[in-house]
Amino acid sequence: MIEVGMKIAERVFYIDRAMLKAYADASGDQNPIHQNEEFARSVGLPNVISHGMLTMALVGKFVSDWAGSPSAVKEFSARFVKPVIVPADQKIDLTVSARVSEINDDQIKLDISATSAGVKVLGMSKAVVQK
Amino acid sequence: MLNPDSVGRTFDGAESVTVSQSQIDAFCAVLDEKNTSVAPPTFAIRISLDQSQAILSAPEIGLDWSRLVHGDQKFDIKRPIVAGDSFTCSSTIESYRVAAGNEIVSVRSDLFSEKELVVSTWSTLVVRA
Repeated sequence: MIEVGMKIAERVFYIDRAMLKAYADASGDQNPIHQNEEFARSVGLPNVISHGMLTMALVGKFVSDWAGSPSAVKEFSARFVKPVIVPADQKIDLTVSARVSEINDDQIKLDISATSAGVKVLGMSKAVVQK
Repeated sequence: MLNPDSVGRTFDGAESVTVSQSQIDAFCAVLDEKNTSVAPPTFAIRISLDQSQAILSAPEIGLDWSRLVHGDQKFDIKRPIVAGDSFTCSSTIESYRVAAGNEIVSVRSDLFSEKELVVSTWSTLVVRA
């Protein structure tokens, strides 16, 4: 039984440099801040950072899996509040959880939380899925 | 700086972009998504950001894409994207402001396959000072 306020179990995804390269190739976003540490530092970043859209894509996987299919996701939004920092040779967590915020006749709305290394990385993240 | 005359206007991309199964497979593989019969919910960004970049960096519009940071993103998905969809993109500059020297631009992009609106995306893009 799905009810308003129900919490959806937390899930941890892991992001490493190999995943950033794979996402760059799959998305076409080859911005060097997501692959080249020297370049990232030269533009004032602490290290290589994840594509915001990779973070969002992984959260999309969390929502798709809960809803039962990627086809069920009707709306999806997020604000990129802090970067996910990905040092070389490390697997960095992306910890995702959600809460049911509204239920209509045929749709369920979710409020989503996403953190990395204990820091909130997405703000105002919401999804609408088909029942 | 963005040409203020472009705010509120809609620009149509010149080319159509056809989605292949191998593109969907590659995107799914990154996410460990086993269902490759449809594209994952955020796949549209692959088309909409590319297309809006081509549209908005035209000299008469003047957005400096090289100093861009992604502020927020929203998708409204009418139906999932599938292999064989051939999209044209229509981008509208919905709002524009300058804060502390940063340009903040909100762009809506509608992806049409033939005449069917399949996905609308909204991106807030920040051009750093």
